[in-house]
Amino acid sequence: MKVLMFGWEFPPHISGGLGTACYGLTKGLASYEDLELLFVVPKAHGDEDQNAASLIGANDVVIKRKRFNYQDFWKDMTYIEVGSVLIPYASPDEYERLVSERKLEQSAITETDDFGRMNFTGKYGKDLLQEVTNYAYVAQTIAAENEFDVIHAHDWLTYAAGIAAKKISGKPLVIHVHATEFDRSGETVNQTVYDIEKMGMENADKIITVSNLTRNIVIERYGISPEKIVTVYNAVEPQEAEKKQFKKNVKEKVVTFLGRVTFQKGPEYFIEAAYQVLQKVDNVRFVMAGSGDLLRKMIRRAAALGITNRCHFTDFLRGEDVTRMFAISDVYVMPSVSEPFGISPLEAMRSNVPVVISKQSGVAEILQHAIKVDFWDIDAISDAIYGLLKYDALSDMFRTYGKTEVNNLKWENAAGHVRNVYYDAFNEFMQKKGVE
Amino acid sequence: MKTICFYFQVHQPFRLKKYRFFDISEDDYYYDDFSNRNLMRKIAERCYLPANEMLLKMFNEYGNQFKVSFSISGIALDQFEMYAPDVLESFKRLAETGNVEFLSETYSHSLVALKSKEEFVQQVELHSKRIETLFGQRPKVFRNTELVYSDEIGEMVAEMGYKAMLTEGAKHILGWKSPNYLYYNAINPKLKILLRNYKLSDDIAFRFSNQGWKDWPLTAEKFVGWLKEADAKEEIINLFMDYETFGEHQWKETGIFDFMEALPHFVFQETDYQFGTPTEIAEKHQPVAAFNVNYPISWADEERDLTAWLGNKLQNEAFTKFYELQQYVDKVQDEKLKRDWLYLQTSDHFYYMCTKFFSDGDVHKYFTPYDSPYDAFINYMNVLSDFEERLKLAPKKDVPEVESINIEELISEYKAKLDKLEAQKAKTSEVKAIEKTKPKAKAIEKTKPKAKAIEKTKPKAKAIEKTKPKTKAIEKTKPKVKAISKTKKVPKAIDKKKVGGNSKK
Repeated sequence: MKVLMFGWEFPPHISGGLGTACYGLTKGLASYEDLELLFVVPKAHGDEDQNAASLIGANDVVIKRKRFNYQDFWKDMTYIEVGSVLIPYASPDEYERLVSERKLEQSAITETDDFGRMNFTGKYGKDLLQEVTNYAYVAQTIAAENEFDVIHAHDWLTYAAGIAAKKISGKPLVIHVHATEFDRSGETVNQTVYDIEKMGMENADKIITVSNLTRNIVIERYGISPEKIVTVYNAVEPQEAEKKQFKKNVKEKVVTFLGRVTFQKGPEYFIEAAYQVLQKVDNVRFVMAGSGDLLRKMIRRAAALGITNRCHFTDFLRGEDVTRMFAISDVYVMPSVSEPFGISPLEAMRSNVPVVISKQSGVAEILQHAIKVDFWDIDAISDAIYGLLKYDALSDMFRTYGKTEVNNLKWENAAGHVRNVYYDAFNEFMQKKGVE
Repeated sequence: MKTICFYFQVHQPFRLKKYRFFDISEDDYYYDDFSNRNLMRKIAERCYLPANEMLLKMFNEYGNQFKVSFSISGIALDQFEMYAPDVLESFKRLAETGNVEFLSETYSHSLVALKSKEEFVQQVELHSKRIETLFGQRPKVFRNTELVYSDEIGEMVAEMGYKAMLTEGAKHILGWKSPNYLYYNAINPKLKILLRNYKLSDDIAFRFSNQGWKDWPLTAEKFVGWLKEADAKEEIINLFMDYETFGEHQWKETGIFDFMEALPHFVFQETDYQFGTPTEIAEKHQPVAAFNVNYPISWADEERDLTAWLGNKLQNEAFTKFYELQQYVDKVQDEKLKRDWLYLQTSDHFYYMCTKFFSDGDVHKYFTPYDSPYDAFINYMNVLSDFEERLKLAPKKDVPEVESINIEELISEYKAKLDKLEAQKAKTSEVKAIEKTKPKAKAIEKTKPKAKAIEKTKPKAKAIEKTKPKTKAIEKTKPKVKAISKTKKVPKAIDKKKVGGNSKK
């Protein structure tokens, strides 16, 4: 079976959940010999290697096609890059960097925040919508020129592309919901984005959600029939052999928040819990690693509580610093207000760090060796942190079982479920066609 | 002669309230009154009251041909008193019929038998007294928490003067042997062992309402048919179960009460079985063999071992940390602390920390008030931290190292011993001097070195310990020394046996 996938660039080029998930899933799919992939990504072209065969699509969009050879894991994948400014989940800093690069390079830029949420102010908004439309045009071209059996589109920016491909090819469409507008914006949803999402879901033959939490949102908020929605949980790459031993620079225990400092991630609950724990425990430091629109507010709050000598802000961490941060952590806290899945606790557990996660995260549905709390329940969060710091048997248990649990969440398994969805979509679609 | 023995366990733990770490040293009340009361009332209405009424009706109908036995934990009795005095009254009415035997157990429904002989004996004594006060009968048969049993535990129980003890007819211990006979303790043959027939017991307790079970629906007639199928030579069918089976685990609507009411009728009509209490069985039947149990067994889960309570690091840590406080508890007199000490060692608290249910067993989930074993552990350890703090701050008893219960006894014993020593060593006048000038308690302390002197003669004494009564007297004069050395041995032995590699020590 040949799959036309509208995905996203892999790390390290793109940070954040979507790129990582796409990478893992693609790698997992590679272990199934009956699958073949035509992989399309948007890419803001700059000074890259121009040697690869390139073609010009509709609206003068640059399209590059090359045989992809990513660490030899995929035997038969065609990788297509489409010139576009669509950026999913980029960190604010990264976005800023990209934006400034692009500004030097050319004209108008669409401002999206870290969730890929459009800011429809001034001249920018229209352009992102334009980009989505352009991307759909290109998708149409690609779909017309290639053979495939199923289309798979990841998140709302590519839904339009998926629909366009479906229209021209008559093949079934699977959309993969990694997040919804409700996760990104709470109750103040952007109507245009919501409409695009809804259109994608309605046109899809099958919908994959990353958790039952998200599945319920799709059912209740978008009015989609439950029968065509399947939950496939994300997984995590196994830890590569430890290259480097990180030495802990402080003698105290370290409690870590790692992620974007935005409303959805619930950073204020972390700060409040830190304050409570510090009333009882001396031997601990709290670290908020990440950046975002609430960072300054968090620093001000910590100062007001008088805990800045014990509460540290590292700003955005990347690459090795992330690994290092996990290596020196004793507790990882994810108090997300709304988290469709949430891969970072898995990364923490992979590094032997016990985790406290909010019940409002998709990952809470599959983890057993984690302490689960309501994001708003600061008492419960601080109590969990206290327990992990004070009672050694507890962290011992986590170290013993957490890593095993995470290592058993394999992308091959997740990909297996996705593969089933492909076949279901294909067979049902063919049946329907036959009837008609 | 063939006997059916019904035994019901009645127990409700004092569930802990949500106890955060900031409550430590702020709040010294640990119990969730609301849910304890609610659950007790709910179970009283659904199970205890109607089930007791059913038994009363059956006693009226069959006279003393029908008999049952109960063990009600001290913790449950306390809760009856607080929340369900009507239940306590109805148990008393049952006791008055004379067809009910009450068994002895640890007051706290605890696993203390695995930790400290001294504390174990104390708790059993406390429970026994309570039963006698309430129901007018001194228990003669012992039943340990969750039927936990090993040869050593049996030995302790025999030493306390019990005739018989109940435990699980665990397949891995019995092998080819049948649970349907009377056995005896492998160390002290005087103690008879009654073994639970887990197949027939679980048919009623667990499978009764299971519609997926091939034998569903289970009728009294069908059950009696199975009894008839048993080997003609077999003597005893022990049906041991939670009393909550009636109306709570198996709802009234499943017909469990009707089943029970009809059972004696069919038993008398179609078989030569009688109903008997454990004491009657121990008296009437002859034991057939020793029951060898090196590693403790219980009636829980498939494994029939201790892993439901002491199977992971959390449980072992909490259990060890708790009993480390024993040394402080012995020194305080505060009634509230003593009560917390009893309530906090109830086995249920450790059961809630069990991680086995991640892989199997809805049974565990059914019983736990916590979202996860981790929550259970954190909550318990927070409570324990506060309890420890209170213990350490509490004023100490005036008399060191002597329990208030038998202090008079001990003083007279020590006195007797002193007299003896005096007689032996007439020359040593200093002993007299001490006795005259110092208060009694101190005198006891001073006698300690003397006790050591006696110890030198011990190798001999040990060899003849069992035959000579007078060496026993010597042993009694230094109970402290012995008890301490024992308590240290027991937990270690358990650690090695039970926990194996997981154990820290």
